[in-house]
Amino acid sequence: MNINAQGFHGPLAPNSRRKSKYAPRTVPVSETGEALTTSAMIASLDAEGRDTVAAPFGHALVELAKTRDDIVGLTADLAKYTDLHVFAQAYPDRFYQMGMAEQVMISAAAGLAREGFVPFATTYAVFASRRAYDFIVMAIAEEALPVKIVCALPGLTTGYGPSHQATEDLAIFRGMPGLTIIDPCDATEIAQAVPAIAAHPGPVYMRLLRGKVPDVLSRYGYQFEVGKAKLIRDGKDVLFVSTGFMTMRTLDAAEALAKDGVDAAVLHVPTIKPLDTETIVAEASKGGRLVVTAENHTVVGGLGEAVAATLMRAGVHVPFRQVGLPDEFLDAGALPTLHNQYGISVAGVTAAVKGWL
Amino acid sequence: MNSPSAPAATSGGSNVSLARRAYNIRRLALRMAEVQGQGYIGQALGVADVLAVSYFHALNYRPGEPEWEGRDRYCLSIGHYAIALYSALIEAGVLPEDELETYGMDDSRMPMSGMAAYSPGMEITGGSLGHGLGITVGMAMGLKRKNNPAFVYNLMSDGELGEGSTWEAVMSAVQHGLDNLICVVDFNDQQADGPSTAALCQEPVEDKWAAFGWFAQRVDGNDIDALVEAFDAARNHPAPVPRVIICRTQMCKGVDFLEAREITHFVRVEPNEWARALAVLDAGAPA
Repeated sequence: MNINAQGFHGPLAPNSRRKSKYAPRTVPVSETGEALTTSAMIASLDAEGRDTVAAPFGHALVELAKTRDDIVGLTADLAKYTDLHVFAQAYPDRFYQMGMAEQVMISAAAGLAREGFVPFATTYAVFASRRAYDFIVMAIAEEALPVKIVCALPGLTTGYGPSHQATEDLAIFRGMPGLTIIDPCDATEIAQAVPAIAAHPGPVYMRLLRGKVPDVLSRYGYQFEVGKAKLIRDGKDVLFVSTGFMTMRTLDAAEALAKDGVDAAVLHVPTIKPLDTETIVAEASKGGRLVVTAENHTVVGGLGEAVAATLMRAGVHVPFRQVGLPDEFLDAGALPTLHNQYGISVAGVTAAVKGWL
Repeated sequence: MNSPSAPAATSGGSNVSLARRAYNIRRLALRMAEVQGQGYIGQALGVADVLAVSYFHALNYRPGEPEWEGRDRYCLSIGHYAIALYSALIEAGVLPEDELETYGMDDSRMPMSGMAAYSPGMEITGGSLGHGLGITVGMAMGLKRKNNPAFVYNLMSDGELGEGSTWEAVMSAVQHGLDNLICVVDFNDQQADGPSTAALCQEPVEDKWAAFGWFAQRVDGNDIDALVEAFDAARNHPAPVPRVIICRTQMCKGVDFLEAREITHFVRVEPNEWARALAVLDAGAPA
């Protein structure tokens, strides 16, 4: 064990705010001297000036259930926190409260699928990816059963610290054969993805934004399709290849860069697996652009490395950079603070790209 | 048993006795193990009586139609017991006997560990232990949703009682009132490193299930009459609770020189001993 002067931990990560727990602290203040009252409890994405939609997943599932009798919902004590309560209220007889027991929730979902149902099972991304992994592999994926695992708090969408920050869920799940992985951007995409993944024959893991979810893609005439990357915006200097809510950020960063004369394209990749390699290779091959992947996930094993490997295999040699979370256990704190600190805010993305050009 | 759904201790209306079915299952398992020169033969010999009562007394199924919607589902949580279940499925006419010698070979429909995608009659993929009961919880929920009166059985081992996921499923089955779920525990007191009771399978096993709200029975799993009575009681129990039958079994049952061997999870049998084992079994063959 590496014991240092600060306690029983090894060396602190280079950009961590963790200090000795014995060093006293004061209330943080803004540049103008006001107390910063943001807290780790704030788990919504910044949505200032944006339209939002409440519980898009729950409402989309209710809509779907009106036309499909085979849809059932399960949760491991997180209905209210994954927006599944909307479905539970509309269809109480099709909802299973499984208690704080992720392993049996996943196993039971597999059993229901064996009997012909299409279960939507919800929990937090950390618990599905870390605690229930073996059950997802063997009871669901190996059997190609149509269970849809929908998980809130993907990546860095809570300031609670590593117990709730699923910074490596995509890396964990990408290794699982037969599992389709979706990281939707916003409320529009979540609403479109629900019927699409239900229609998709096999197992699906979908990351979820819950509560009041920003709506961005509707104004681009966007339509989600499983397995398809979509060019949201074209540009000749930079090609963002982004997934999840980072596509909101890359679209905003592209606006900011345009003011500095940098023309950035945004290719949105909501399906992490199977990856739309054809579209990614075609866009990256156009040449003359810096390719920048952006994801709400560690830089290890997620979209960035998947794109890099895709380009290497296809013989596409272009300048390439990754925006993502560091390979560290992240700090606790308020989300805006953490997104700035780890470089996945709009300002962080914009500054990084300027530095790379 | 005088229950209306309890026929006599013979094979589903046939004249073949359950004891003879158990003998046939043991014999098929020995022949399969001989093909590979190894296998979980100790478990197969031990659980043969449980399987005979399951497939020739308790279960409702159609041998030629393994996915018939009305069938009772019989799920093998313990994937390494596949050799035993294949033997039962051959005896039941679900799997063809002439494929027996492919057991464990490339392209066989009978791989060493049971997998649903490979074998007719294999309802789930077991092997990662502690999975079966949770899956059968979901199947039992699904059957209730469909108003399908079939039962779901989960055949598991005492070693699996050490898995936390088993106890999640134990609680869940009670929470959801799954009276169509029957769990059968093969309690042979052996797991990979030695006696299960010296690891994490603590007595009194049936009291624990009962404390969680299950209708729990414990029987001698090599006593066919006791098994028949227990399966009938499990199916006919009036309370809306799940049912468990703890079956205390003897590893290698029916082959005395293997029974006497220091019992281990993976019984070692020398190449020249297979014929001897069959001869011993045959010498004790019931009518």
